[in-house]
Amino acid sequence: MANATPQAAPSKPSLWNDPQKRGILIQVLVLAAIFAFFGFIFYNTLSNYAQRGISTGFGFLNNTAGFGISQTLIPYQESDNYWQVFKVGLLNTLLVAGLGIVTATILGFIVGVARLSKNWLLSTSAAVYIETFRNIPVLLQIVFLYALLLKILPSAKESYSFAEAVFVNKRGFYVPEPIPQAGFDWTIWAFVLAVALVIVLRWIARKVQEKTGQQWPMFWIGVALIIGAPLVTYFMTGRPLEWSLPVLKGFNFQGGIRVIPELVVLWIALSVYTAAFIAEIVRSGIQSVSHGQTEAANALGLRHNQTLKLVVIPQAMRVIIPQLTSQYLNLTKNTSLATAIAYPDLVAVFAGTTLNQSGQAIEIIFMTMMFYLSVSLLISLFMNWYNNKMALVER
Amino acid sequence: MKTTKLLAIASTVVVAVSMMASAHAGGTLDGVKKKGFIQCGINSGVPGFSIANDKGEWSGLDVDFCKAVAAAVFGDTTKVKYTSLTAKERFTALQSGEIDLLSRNTTWTLTRDSNLGISFTGVNYYDGQGFLVNNGVKSAKELDGASVCIQAGTTTELNLSDYFRANNMKYEPITYDKVEETIKGFEEGRCDVLTSDQSQLYALRLQLKEPEKAEVLPEVISKEPLGPSVRQGDEDWFKIVRWTLFAMVEAEELGLTSANIDEKKSSADPSVKRFVGAEEGVGGQGLKLGNEWAYNIVKQVGNYGESFERNVGSGSPLKIERGLNALWSKGGLQYAAPIR
Ligand SMILES: N[C@@H](CCC(=O)N[C@@H](CS)C(=O)NCC(=O)O)C(=O)O
Repeated sequence: MANATPQAAPSKPSLWNDPQKRGILIQVLVLAAIFAFFGFIFYNTLSNYAQRGISTGFGFLNNTAGFGISQTLIPYQESDNYWQVFKVGLLNTLLVAGLGIVTATILGFIVGVARLSKNWLLSTSAAVYIETFRNIPVLLQIVFLYALLLKILPSAKESYSFAEAVFVNKRGFYVPEPIPQAGFDWTIWAFVLAVALVIVLRWIARKVQEKTGQQWPMFWIGVALIIGAPLVTYFMTGRPLEWSLPVLKGFNFQGGIRVIPELVVLWIALSVYTAAFIAEIVRSGIQSVSHGQTEAANALGLRHNQTLKLVVIPQAMRVIIPQLTSQYLNLTKNTSLATAIAYPDLVAVFAGTTLNQSGQAIEIIFMTMMFYLSVSLLISLFMNWYNNKMALVER
Repeated sequence: MKTTKLLAIASTVVVAVSMMASAHAGGTLDGVKKKGFIQCGINSGVPGFSIANDKGEWSGLDVDFCKAVAAAVFGDTTKVKYTSLTAKERFTALQSGEIDLLSRNTTWTLTRDSNLGISFTGVNYYDGQGFLVNNGVKSAKELDGASVCIQAGTTTELNLSDYFRANNMKYEPITYDKVEETIKGFEEGRCDVLTSDQSQLYALRLQLKEPEKAEVLPEVISKEPLGPSVRQGDEDWFKIVRWTLFAMVEAEELGLTSANIDEKKSSADPSVKRFVGAEEGVGGQGLKLGNEWAYNIVKQVGNYGESFERNVGSGSPLKIERGLNALWSKGGLQYAAPIR
C-alpha cells in the first residue's frame, strides 16, 4: 500500500549487524584463511623441495623396490614397485590388527568377567593380570617377549615337532598347508549352503519362539550343520585335499604354512596388553547395570547364565562398546611398534625402508597417515553402527 | 627404545614443516659459526667408526672426520656435537637441518646424491658388502634358503636382494631398525647370516659374545664407497667438508703427522709451506677459513693414515688392512686433489 511508508518498516540492518549473516561471513572468512594457510604450506614445501633437489610427486610409486620382505600376504618380488610394497605393508598391518582385536576382545571379556567372580583366586588373578600388563609400556612387552621367544625356542634343526607335521623353532611356527584338489569346490559350497540354512533356521526359530514360547536348540543345530555338512561332503567326494608338510631343507623348513615369530610376538603382546584395558571396561560395564536388574531377572526365574546373557550383558554392552572402540583404535595404532622386532608392517616397509630408499618423506608419510586415518574411521563407523544396533530400543 | 615409530612419523612431519622454516636461513657455515659448534650425524655404535665410551665420548674414523671439520672451522676439535642416527633416520636428519654434516658410513649412490637433496663430498672409506656367519658355511654360494639379518634403510638391503636373485637363491630378510637388534637377531639364531659392509662386520663381530665363532665370508658383493655428505645447494659448506677430507689425505702424502707438523712447519718444501698456510695466497680465504685450517686438522686430528690406523687399523682391535684405502701411491684408491 502506498501509505504504509518508511518509518514503519524496520531499517534493514547492515551485513555486520545481522547476527545470522555475520555468522556466515565469519565462517567463510575463517575457512578461506585455513585454505590459504594450507595452500601456502603446500606450495612453500613443494618449492623448497624443488630448490633443494629433493624429488616430489607420486611418480616414485612406479619405481622398483629392490628389497625383500619377510612376510607377504600377496605375491611380492623384489622387482615389484613401491606401490606393491605399500599394499604388502598395509595387509601385514591389517593382519596383526585384525588378529589382535579378536583375541584381545575374547581375552578381555574372560578376564573382565573373572575379575567379578566370587571365587577369590580367580578374581585376584584377573586383578594381577590387569595391573601388570596395563602398567608396563607395550613396547617393552613386545621387545621382552621377542627376546624371550628367541631365547627359549630351539634352532631349526632341533625343532619341537608334533606328529612330524607341526614344527616350532626360532624361525617360526609351521603347520601343514591344505592344498585343494579338483572337487574341493563341493565342500566349500556345502559350507556356504549350511551357513545360509542356519540363518534361515534361526529366523524361523525366533518366530516359533515368539508364537509358542518353544525354544529350539539353535546353537547345536547350527554347529552340527556348519561343521557336519562340509565334512560329509568332503568324505563323499573322496577327500579332495592334499597336505603340504613342512620339511627341513638346508637352513629352514620348506612347505606348509609358516607363521613368523615376529607376527606371533606382536600378536600376543598387543592382545595381552589391550585385553587388560578391555577387561576393565567389561568390568565397569557389568557393574554399571543396576543390581535391581539382576534381582528382577532372578525373580522371573532366569538361571544365572541366562541372566548374564539376556539381561546383564546386553545392557552392559551399551557402556562397553564406545570404550571398546577406542581400545581397538589404540591396538591398530600400536601395530606400528612392529619395527622394534622386524615385523614388516606398513610403517616398517613403507614409512621406513621405502622412505629411506626414495627420500620422498612427505608423500609417504601422507599416504601412511591416510591409511591409519581410514582404518580408524572405518573401525569407528562400524562400532557406531553396532552400538546403535545394541542401543535401547524404546517401545 | 626412546622413540616409538609414531614419534618417528611425527618427527618427519616436523621435518617437513621445519624445512619451510629453514629455507630462508643463511649458509651452513654462518649458522655453525653463530652457534659455535658443528652438529655432526654419526653411527649409534659401530666400533672403529663411531662408538661412545663409558664417559659418553665418541671416537672412530667417522667421528675423527667430524672433529677434522671442527678443527678446520674453529681450530678446536671439541666444537662438535654428535647426533647418533640409525640408517633410516640419517637422511631426514640432514635434510631437515637437524645436523650440519653426515659422517656415518654412508654409501655414495646415484639415487642418494640426486634425489635426496644431499651431496656427497668424497670417500673416506672404500668398502664392500660381505656376510658374517657362525655356522661353518664357507662361501656365500652355500646360503640358499638362509635367513639373513639386515638393517633397514641401507644399500645392504638392496645388494642382498640383487645378489640372491642373480645367483638364483632364496633368502628370508629379517630387517631390523637398530644395529643392536640386528646383532641380537644374529646371536640368538633368528638368522643364519648377518650382512653389511665388511668393515662393519669386522667391527660388529667384536661385539658378539663369542667373536671367534663368527667368520666373515670371502665374497664381497658390492661397492660401498662410504663418505661424508652435506645438504645440497650450499657450495661454501660443501667445499669446506670436501677439502677437509683432501687435507687429511694430502697430509699423509706429504708425510705430515700430528707429531711432526710443528717441526715441519718451518720446512722449505713449498707444498708443505702451502699446506700449513705459511705461503700467502693459498691459505683458507677461498674456503672462508683461517690460513691454518689444514694445519689445525693435522695437528689436532692427524692425517688420514693416522686416523685409519688408530681407529680401524693396526692400532685398533679391528686390525683392518689398508687395502683399497691405502694411498694411490701405495696401490690404494685414496687420492687428494692438490692443495695449491
Ligand atoms: N653403507 C650402507 C650401510 C650402512 C649402515 O647403516 N650399516 C649398519 C650396519 S649393521 C650400521 O652401521 N648400523 C649402525 C647404526 O644403526 O647405528 C649404507 O650406506 O646404506
